[in-house]
Amino acid sequence: MAIKFNVLDIEYKGERTEHKIDDKSPSIVRDFNKCILCRRCVATCKNVQKIGAIDCIERGFESCISTTYDHSLNDVNCTFCGQCIESCPTGALHEKENINDVWAKLKDPDTYVVVQTAPSIRVALGEEFGMEIGTNVTGKMVSALKRLGFDKVFDTNTGADFTIMEEATEFVKRFKENDHLPMTTSCCPGWVRFAEMEYPENLPHLSSCKSPHQMFGAIIKSYYAEKNNIDPKNIYVVSVMPCIAKKYERQREEMKENGLWDVDSVITTRELARMIKQANIEFDKLEDETFDNPMGEATGAAAIFGVTGGVMEAALRTAYELITGEELKKLEFEDVRGTKGLKKATVQIGDKEIKVAVAHGLGNARKVMEDIKNGTADYSFVEVMACPGGCIMGGGQPIKNSKIRMTVDVAGKRAAAMYSIDERSTIRKSHENPILKQIYKEYLGNPGDHKAHELLHTHYTPMEEYRI
Amino acid sequence: MKTVEELNKIRAEKRIELDLRKNTKADTREKHILVCQGTGCTSSKSPQILENFKRIIKEKGIENVRVIKTGCFGLCAKGPIVIIRPEDTFYAMVTPDDCEEIIQSHIIEGKVVERLLCKDIDGTKVTRLDDLTFYKKQKRIALKNCGVINPEDIDEYIAFDGYRALARVLIEMTPDEVIETIDKSGLRGRGGAGFPTGKKWRATKDAKGDKKYVVCNADEGDPGAFMDRSILEGDPHAVLEAMEIAGFAVGAEKGYIYVRAEYPIAVQRLKIAIEQARNYGILGKNILGTDFNFDIEIRLGAGAFVCGEETALLESIEGRRGQPRVKPPYPAQSGLWGCPTLINNVETYANVAQIILKGADWYSSIGTATSKGTKVFALGGNVNNVGLVEVPMGTTLREIVFDIGGGIPNGREFKAAQTGGPSGGCIPKEHLDTPIDYESLKEIGSMMGSGGLIVMDDTKCMVCLAKFYLEFTVSESCGKCTPCRIGTKRMLEILEKLCSGEGTEYDIYRLEKLAVNIKKSSICGLGQSAPNPVISTLKYFREEFRQHAIEKECKTMECKALAKIEIDPDKCKACGLCQRNCPVNAIEGEGREVRHINQDKCIKCTTCIRACPFHAIG
Repeated sequence: MAIKFNVLDIEYKGERTEHKIDDKSPSIVRDFNKCILCRRCVATCKNVQKIGAIDCIERGFESCISTTYDHSLNDVNCTFCGQCIESCPTGALHEKENINDVWAKLKDPDTYVVVQTAPSIRVALGEEFGMEIGTNVTGKMVSALKRLGFDKVFDTNTGADFTIMEEATEFVKRFKENDHLPMTTSCCPGWVRFAEMEYPENLPHLSSCKSPHQMFGAIIKSYYAEKNNIDPKNIYVVSVMPCIAKKYERQREEMKENGLWDVDSVITTRELARMIKQANIEFDKLEDETFDNPMGEATGAAAIFGVTGGVMEAALRTAYELITGEELKKLEFEDVRGTKGLKKATVQIGDKEIKVAVAHGLGNARKVMEDIKNGTADYSFVEVMACPGGCIMGGGQPIKNSKIRMTVDVAGKRAAAMYSIDERSTIRKSHENPILKQIYKEYLGNPGDHKAHELLHTHYTPMEEYRI
Repeated sequence: MKTVEELNKIRAEKRIELDLRKNTKADTREKHILVCQGTGCTSSKSPQILENFKRIIKEKGIENVRVIKTGCFGLCAKGPIVIIRPEDTFYAMVTPDDCEEIIQSHIIEGKVVERLLCKDIDGTKVTRLDDLTFYKKQKRIALKNCGVINPEDIDEYIAFDGYRALARVLIEMTPDEVIETIDKSGLRGRGGAGFPTGKKWRATKDAKGDKKYVVCNADEGDPGAFMDRSILEGDPHAVLEAMEIAGFAVGAEKGYIYVRAEYPIAVQRLKIAIEQARNYGILGKNILGTDFNFDIEIRLGAGAFVCGEETALLESIEGRRGQPRVKPPYPAQSGLWGCPTLINNVETYANVAQIILKGADWYSSIGTATSKGTKVFALGGNVNNVGLVEVPMGTTLREIVFDIGGGIPNGREFKAAQTGGPSGGCIPKEHLDTPIDYESLKEIGSMMGSGGLIVMDDTKCMVCLAKFYLEFTVSESCGKCTPCRIGTKRMLEILEKLCSGEGTEYDIYRLEKLAVNIKKSSICGLGQSAPNPVISTLKYFREEFRQHAIEKECKTMECKALAKIEIDPDKCKACGLCQRNCPVNAIEGEGREVRHINQDKCIKCTTCIRACPFHAIG
């Protein structure tokens, strides 16, 4: 860029401000020595997400972007959605890198390193290698992961199928008992953190389900370990996520089973791309490969988890058949798709009308919370994703510059790729996933039963907004 | 108060009672002792003077004498000031101990206390305020009530035609007629930029919106400026009345006064004034029995200079960080909470009621072709009569500095005058005869600004002056846009380099280039005008910059690193005083030898210069 603008020399050298790097949080690092005070992060946080965790402090030459009383992002009302990172043009905001932890474990012969990839990674990873936005690179991604040296490459989509089984079951039960309705989804850790900080009184409305990668981690370290005679202590689960809040979620105390983390490390789409580049793998030339079995089998319902409305659609497909016992003919629920901030729909299931809502972006999530608080929520099931557009636009996804964001419908293209994966799937309902059926039968019992609850559910704790 | 008749009744009754304030031949046995309670006099114990007068009068059982607190008289250099009416005796630099003598001699015995009279420029003692040269060339419109009425008594304001303009507007005029009058008067914004006030009112009225606001900008922040402060302290009701008139004209029902918290007296008096006006039914619902509603709220600013910029001020009122918005849209279209908002400066408002009462033609007859009316200046720096002056537009700088201001003290030479604060520029000697109005000041590289006028004598270094103003803008920049945030800092660094003797000619070139770029690319008025002090000093005093850069010399010796102190051997009488006073023993020579300064040891403290009885050192 310097060459483009013919900046070959700095004519006006002088004092520079120095800032301490804030890397206290498990998700975000703020290095304001790189900041140019363009304030896109401030605008995103305040106007899009309606959080306002960061703004300008001090004045004049000393001004910088920071938090309330200049505390660490970790200790204020930041939800770790990471949208600020996506808007930052200079890299002053970035995820806390975990690449080196992963490299170290890959090199260790005694550790059985398992990787799982989130639904929305595969439609974005290619962008980091110059491919069209919205290119589905599932095969190349799996191939690259195998070349990086992971012992097993599994699909978080299988975890997503577990989530649907548990969540749909929980919803059907709560709907029948009219227990804390509306029930909201809980797969988004940014959203969970937001709710814990700002709406502690609404926490009973959250589904108790863990998010897909946590569920999947727990299954790997229990069922899979047992079945393959591996000591779970030697298993190291890496999740590749479109999200930086997942880095925070992973180390929450509730995400431990028998003293072992469900997931040991979370890296973002960008970090995975960096690893592939570090390994000098020519990504675009890779042959397609498939996920390892048996935990690589997933449904079309799970595939759309990463786009706004996707979790709702997947849950409805299963809930419909759970309630009515009949086969759902038309699988697409068009009303919950699309980019509208707060989508509402009425679904006829058997003799019951179920009203549902889908919110994406924390600004819209706040509306849902206010509705619940004021008792004006006229829906009984809500899907919430903290990032506008859902996980496909998560804070760990490839960064698109403002020009592209203005001229190209990035969310639309990535979403279309996800829906086409669903369409092409042979099994499109979570409860029909054969591997799930097998694990429930052999190990977990029925969805929502004691064992499943122990492994696949969690709980929430109210949190002070400012812990300073 | 429900009707105009009630207002007229108070005026008629009070006017007779207060006739002596303005009429030296008033037929009364009463005497009013007016004690200035402006900020300057207050800090020189004028509240104690007020108390002493009251106490002594009570102790002695004197009748028919009232002690009144007033706003600023203007001649702050001679404060605290006490005036006794109706005879209009002007006592300067009064101390609390003088009260006894004034009462005994002036009030009881009828003899003027000569000792406390004020000396005019020619050295003669002057008894009456109106006879002082300081006041002769002034014309008081905005300051008409300052020093005349008690600012904390609404009745006194009403007595001198207060709220009569409001009554006229509400009963006899349409909003369009009001705007027409203001427009025809030629009144322009007194905050600095000089935008035609009528046009602003018109734009706000024409803007679409259910809700509109009227805002008073009282965030006066230029170093050395205290015009708005004095108006608010001396005549707060004038601002309230004008805001109501403006509210009626543009269709607003709510007004905000944004005033800095550093003006406690002004805030206090505004609060009292608003309270009194509400109690009288002049503020609030159905004002004077009409269906016009208007209320005013005070918002305190925390003292950021940039909040004087109108859009930053609006941000601050809304409760956010004071940062300018990008214009357009202008506040008239989208201001407070996105509603059309009229925003004027205190002094602008202070002219409004009088324009309504005396007519647009009267107002436009004062001043120059493009700048009508008067302008208040806060005169400061190296000038004898530091204080507050109000002169018709078109008065020359020479008249203000030498006639009203009484010239330069200590027999020094006039070097330059600075107008417009950190946004303005320097006016050198050769432009002393420029008539002051918006256009002519702009033409010579300065600007009207809000009215700070700082006079500098020949001991002032112009590079240091530019540096001073840059220091100010650097610390007051909000940090929103890069040219102002980083550019002004770089300019300051170059100026510091020049002052410390490390500058080069190339630095002057860099400085100039940067100045032009910052002017062109900053978002708001603060940044766009921040380089002005540099540009104007470079324009008129380039040689001085060159001396700093090339000859490494600061003739005024303000830049310590560049000062060369030498002893003139022809003048030195070898008395040795300099030697004895030098703190670092840098002066060499013994007995009857002519002394000589060792430049390696000299720290340029200038003690020797002051110690030399023969003016041989410099």
